[in-house]
Amino acid sequence: MSIRERLSGNEATATAMKQINPDVVAAFPITPSTEIPQYFSTFVDNGLVDTEFVAVESEHSAMSACIGAEAAGARAMTATSANGLSLMWEMIYIASSLRLPIVLSLVNRAVSGPLNIHNDHSDAMGVRDAGWIMLFSENNQEAYDNTLMAHRIAENKDVMLPLMVCQDGFITSHSIENIELVEDDKVKEFVGEYHPEHYLLNKKEPIAVGPLDLQSYLFEHKAAQAEAMKNAKQVILDVAKDFEKMTGRKYGLFEEYKLDDAEIAIVCMNSTAGTTKFVVDKLRNQGIKAGLLKVRVFRPFPVDEIANSLSHLKAIAILDKADSLNAAGGALFADVTSAMYVNNKNVPAVNYVYGIGGRDTKSDDIEKVYNDLLEIVKTGKVENPYRYLGLRREGDK
Amino acid sequence: MAYNLKEVVSTKPARFTSGHRMCAGCGAPPVVRHIMRALKPEDHAVVGVATGCLEVSSFIYPYTSWTDSYIHTAFECTGATISGVEAAYVSMKKQGKLPKDGETKFIAFGGDGGTYDIGLQSLSGAMERHHDMVYVCYDNGAYMNTGIQRSSATPKFADTTTSPAGTVIPGKAQERKDLTKVMVGHHLPYVAQTLAMNNFADLYQKAEKAIYTEGPCFLNVMAPCPRGWGYPTEDLMKINKLAADTCYWPLYEVVNGVYHITYKPAKKLPIEEFLRPQKRFKHMFKPGNEWMIQEFQRIVDERWDELLKLEEVTNRD
Repeated sequence: MSIRERLSGNEATATAMKQINPDVVAAFPITPSTEIPQYFSTFVDNGLVDTEFVAVESEHSAMSACIGAEAAGARAMTATSANGLSLMWEMIYIASSLRLPIVLSLVNRAVSGPLNIHNDHSDAMGVRDAGWIMLFSENNQEAYDNTLMAHRIAENKDVMLPLMVCQDGFITSHSIENIELVEDDKVKEFVGEYHPEHYLLNKKEPIAVGPLDLQSYLFEHKAAQAEAMKNAKQVILDVAKDFEKMTGRKYGLFEEYKLDDAEIAIVCMNSTAGTTKFVVDKLRNQGIKAGLLKVRVFRPFPVDEIANSLSHLKAIAILDKADSLNAAGGALFADVTSAMYVNNKNVPAVNYVYGIGGRDTKSDDIEKVYNDLLEIVKTGKVENPYRYLGLRREGDK
Repeated sequence: MAYNLKEVVSTKPARFTSGHRMCAGCGAPPVVRHIMRALKPEDHAVVGVATGCLEVSSFIYPYTSWTDSYIHTAFECTGATISGVEAAYVSMKKQGKLPKDGETKFIAFGGDGGTYDIGLQSLSGAMERHHDMVYVCYDNGAYMNTGIQRSSATPKFADTTTSPAGTVIPGKAQERKDLTKVMVGHHLPYVAQTLAMNNFADLYQKAEKAIYTEGPCFLNVMAPCPRGWGYPTEDLMKINKLAADTCYWPLYEVVNGVYHITYKPAKKLPIEEFLRPQKRFKHMFKPGNEWMIQEFQRIVDERWDELLKLEEVTNRD
């Protein structure tokens, strides 16, 4: 029997980490992910895990130590947010290029500047091309479940890539919700033991990791990383199937909410999906065929699947909780529209940058987006595809 | 057993092998090879190297000069990288995931740029967290890999590409950082400063102590650079000896806070002897620049006197 609990997103993540019992956790405090290493160090100091907790002096060192530990043959985990991830940035690329299946819990927060500790996705978007598998979570349950599935995906021989599980700072990380936990022994069996093929601590086979890799080889090595990312898609689905067998909870590359017969839809990630579902239900009661596509697997990006899933719609709005500051819309918008284009699916699409720096996104805001979509359907025109949602303009109160 | 170079070299195969691409006359390869020889033959090592000359010259894919396990990640984080490896070792050993027999030792190498400057935080963190490892700085006094830019290890007046000896500013304007003392301030079980001379005896003995002292240990090893310093390649060992005999680079160790100077020159040579053979100090010998040599001598004397006092004070009953 699963265990019913009430936990915050951070507690849920720390609980998953306790059940996974990694060999090494190296982490540094930063709001709003700080609680994860806090909870975890109490597990360490109370003897509930076998983990060596390395209380590093920076996030750069956190990722460096995780790289060292994972290359040594250990399972290494960490958690961070925003500027912490920015400071790790150099090592984020090195971790994936060394094909080390490190698992990171990213509690999404606005990257400075100016300084802001609240939720948006600018931290995650800053590493979207770094070669990490990126899973997004609507709520504490998904943050927990994604963490339990992480190692099986990352450590798969055809993948061997690091993975980050994203959840919204404060909105998810600090909100206490009901959750169903899996029993410890079941988690242990599901996650399994890690047996790396080559590792530094195997003295029978000394290896060298992290070469100077010049013109003759780097291209092929990067292509191999790209191939591994492609392979990850099927592995993510396979692991989700096993997870469903254990828990009854079903996961795909994305979730379709009332999308089958929808005429207009929103595409978004993380906790906004919860608000959007509420609005979809409300609109459905009014006879409006609204739907939602919630992206779970952002990297690898499910290009064809998303394009097919959205192809029947009359208009779509893609919500980006990070501005790309490029005069061409947010990252999710670019990915979705690119996916549509290469699959010859022509659906009017509009982008909304929203929720920046923790700006609250209410059901009214989401409803406004659906109303805009109805207008697009009616007129057949997209006046300005690059829009803001919830932005206070000059003269507004 | 007394140290014997011939015996060490004949009984212990090189663990840093030939074929690397370091320059002729570079001080680093003999230092690295000899430190690696201080390992017991039966012990395995995981070596971490910071981005720099040693790293770009010793593991160019798919060839490596290292016979032990090796990891390079980036410039500023060798301390943290090796601390992660060591933490993995402690954790996995405790859980019975590694064979019970034999030991693995953890050695990090960084140049002065990767140690005194960009890697200082990572090094400091690793030492404070008390990982069982040795961090070796091979100090050639500038960013040589990128083309001889000044670092905080560069001595005053040295001509580098970012502190050129100009008509207004005569080379580096500041004194060099005393990193060895910074590491002593971390209260480590073993800190030493050394270089290669007298058949590598001082270097070997300190490496052995550092590797086989439990806890975080630090070695600062002067390793001249023929390109950056401007000396004929065959004069490497002469330059080393002059650094010790002028007390520019004192040889000493600090064991649990107690200082021991391991080499006191019978006759302390004037600093000109060390400066003159090096092109980076050439401008100091122009007429009218005598004040620079005097200033350099003053710094060397002050630091040497301070060291003598520290030895005296820390050895009092």
